[in-house]
Amino acid sequence: MSQTKPNRSLLIKGGHVIDPASRLDAPMDLLLRDGRVAEIAAPNTIRTPADEKFDAKGLIVTPGFIDIHVHLREPGQAYKETIATGTAAAAAGGFTSVCCMPNTQPVIDSADWVAWLQSPERGAVVNVFPIAAATKASKGAALTDFRSLQRAGAVAVTDDGKPILSDDIMRDTLRIASELNLPVIQHAEDTRQTEGASMNEGPTSFRMGLRGMKDSAESSIVERDVQLAQQFAGARLHVAHLSTADALKAVRRGKRNKLRVTCEVTPHHFTLLDSDIQNYDGNYKMNPPLRSSSDREAIIAALADGTIDAIATDHAPHAKHEKTIEFARAAFGITGLETALGLAITHLHREHKIPLARIVELFTAGPARVVDLRGRGTLARGAHADVTIFDPKKRWTFDVNKTKSKSANSPFDGAALTGKVVATIVSGRFVHRAS
Amino acid sequence: MTKPARGSLLGIENLTPAEISAYLQLARKMNPQKPKPLLKGKRVFLLFYEASTRTRSSFEVAAKSMGAMTTLVLSSGSSIEKGESLLDTGYTLRAVGADVIVIRHPEAGAPLLMAQHLDIPVINAGDGMHEHPTQALLDAYTILKHKKTIKGLKIAIVGDIYHSRVARSAVYLLTKFGAHITLCGPPEFLPDLATTLAPGLQITRSVEEAVHGVDVIYVLRVQKERLGGQALSVNDYIARYQMNAARVRLAKKDAIVMHPGPVIRGMEFTWDVADCPQSVIVEEVRNGVPVRMGILAKALGKAK
Repeated sequence: MSQTKPNRSLLIKGGHVIDPASRLDAPMDLLLRDGRVAEIAAPNTIRTPADEKFDAKGLIVTPGFIDIHVHLREPGQAYKETIATGTAAAAAGGFTSVCCMPNTQPVIDSADWVAWLQSPERGAVVNVFPIAAATKASKGAALTDFRSLQRAGAVAVTDDGKPILSDDIMRDTLRIASELNLPVIQHAEDTRQTEGASMNEGPTSFRMGLRGMKDSAESSIVERDVQLAQQFAGARLHVAHLSTADALKAVRRGKRNKLRVTCEVTPHHFTLLDSDIQNYDGNYKMNPPLRSSSDREAIIAALADGTIDAIATDHAPHAKHEKTIEFARAAFGITGLETALGLAITHLHREHKIPLARIVELFTAGPARVVDLRGRGTLARGAHADVTIFDPKKRWTFDVNKTKSKSANSPFDGAALTGKVVATIVSGRFVHRAS
Repeated sequence: MTKPARGSLLGIENLTPAEISAYLQLARKMNPQKPKPLLKGKRVFLLFYEASTRTRSSFEVAAKSMGAMTTLVLSSGSSIEKGESLLDTGYTLRAVGADVIVIRHPEAGAPLLMAQHLDIPVINAGDGMHEHPTQALLDAYTILKHKKTIKGLKIAIVGDIYHSRVARSAVYLLTKFGAHITLCGPPEFLPDLATTLAPGLQITRSVEEAVHGVDVIYVLRVQKERLGGQALSVNDYIARYQMNAARVRLAKKDAIVMHPGPVIRGMEFTWDVADCPQSVIVEEVRNGVPVRMGILAKALGKAK
């Protein structure tokens, strides 16, 4: 984040603005000045002179995308990714803000580490909002100091990757977080049911001779969490990378009962199925795993009908030596920042006819609401000058060798996609421009 | 990553019936008593990450009797213990001069991974719960010594199907040739999902129903430790699924009784059934040699 240098003004002309937070979906011009949205108006009506102009003819102009689930791997695992490389990949994917998960080495369980993540020395090129651990070292036993973590800049708490299984600890987490209006993010997996499992349980796992994860391992935790959230007025429960139809039912029930329950899904879960796993390729291994076609259909329906609040990538870089090994021993997770928009347009918009405005909402206003990023996820006057400009019709092929991430563990290498980011602007400055 | 080298044998699932028949034909041409030195000067590496008696010794005998040199590498006592990766072990054996690698590994997909990164053929000698293709071939070879054709045979496979690579390979092979297969076992060992392995599979929880009128009874090993933690006790298992003389009598008179070994007498078999006249268990082991001779000859391009 380079906010120190005085900003020049930038006029984005001729584009089609989609800003679901402001209910805008029309050709408009946009003037950015001093890191903020200065004016947004009908085409050719902005008279204020600008230092720089960007011709957005034929392009979609939206609030900067927000990814509320990424692993930047620092501190401790810089061989997989650094904050600098991870945020460069984010910029290339159109993301102007990312929320990073605390399962680093050490775990982000203190205010000092939350501050460390946000230091300019990390070299981030997009906004980084830390998510802190809910329990010390994410061991699921003693709670961290939510208040001091929040003051230091944490936007939520979670033990991502290590779900909070104990009812008592989860209850305490929700209670204390509710007093601070802090979202609690749960990686919903009953790990007592998934030991040794490396993919979804189904015909494919049976054929491949791999231990499978039942969908109930996810849905049972979501059901429990929704019940616990009900006990505290204002408790905010966010279900990370939801992957099963049954978990979705529990979220729907919570929303119907007016609970503050939100959820996200990943591009790989709305794109791929467990039966797409080929040749024991470790780049198809992630947690939650790729699921059945009925799960995928339920997710796509929920993306369309508004049940799902955000698309989040769960960008999880791993080195080659952690992936090019026996499938059951390979690390869980794939990179995802640079393919998210292309997959969403290709599969959700073109294949399943979900309106572009809804997809933009899932990348902007939706995630901004989940973690309360004020003045982001919108292009309203006065908002942060974070803007994503993309070409919804551009056909391209993802080449993992050209990734900005330090890792290349993606199942989408060679995927033909439609919809490409043309420019990413953070605080009024370009952090990515398509070559 | 490349395609596995010609002659690799990684599983039955993706073989055509013609390819399987070619392997069986080749085995019939092999004479373990008077072997031809087809593999003279070749180096066969046996890379075993798991215990094995039958598979390992029959591959070794098959290779040596055709004039190959064999080298056995076990996970214990090698650099694998020091944390060397599967691929690095493969590159090492290739550098030492391996012409073919026969691998047994506790994880599904390990032989494929190695084959995708080496330019020499890789033979799967059993990978996790996935496949055991050479066992399925020797079983088909054995069945065809007793039955004219596999098509139309009624076959019961009884025991721990979930954990069994032998069961998966056998199901693929036998259904490709038109056998009617009934799988039998408790839900812990035989989830309903098992019917998705191949078209036309039947499932039953009653061993009497499974073996009634069949041509082949194929019994799988049951590991006591796998019953631990399951709803089923060892005594329950024995009472409901153990193959005893009375149950064998429900099959056709000329039915054969098979088992891939190692047999745990008193568990999946009573003592007498393992040795009964219908039992072909020892013959299966014997047939492993010509079948694996053919597989090695083909792998090394020496099959005519």
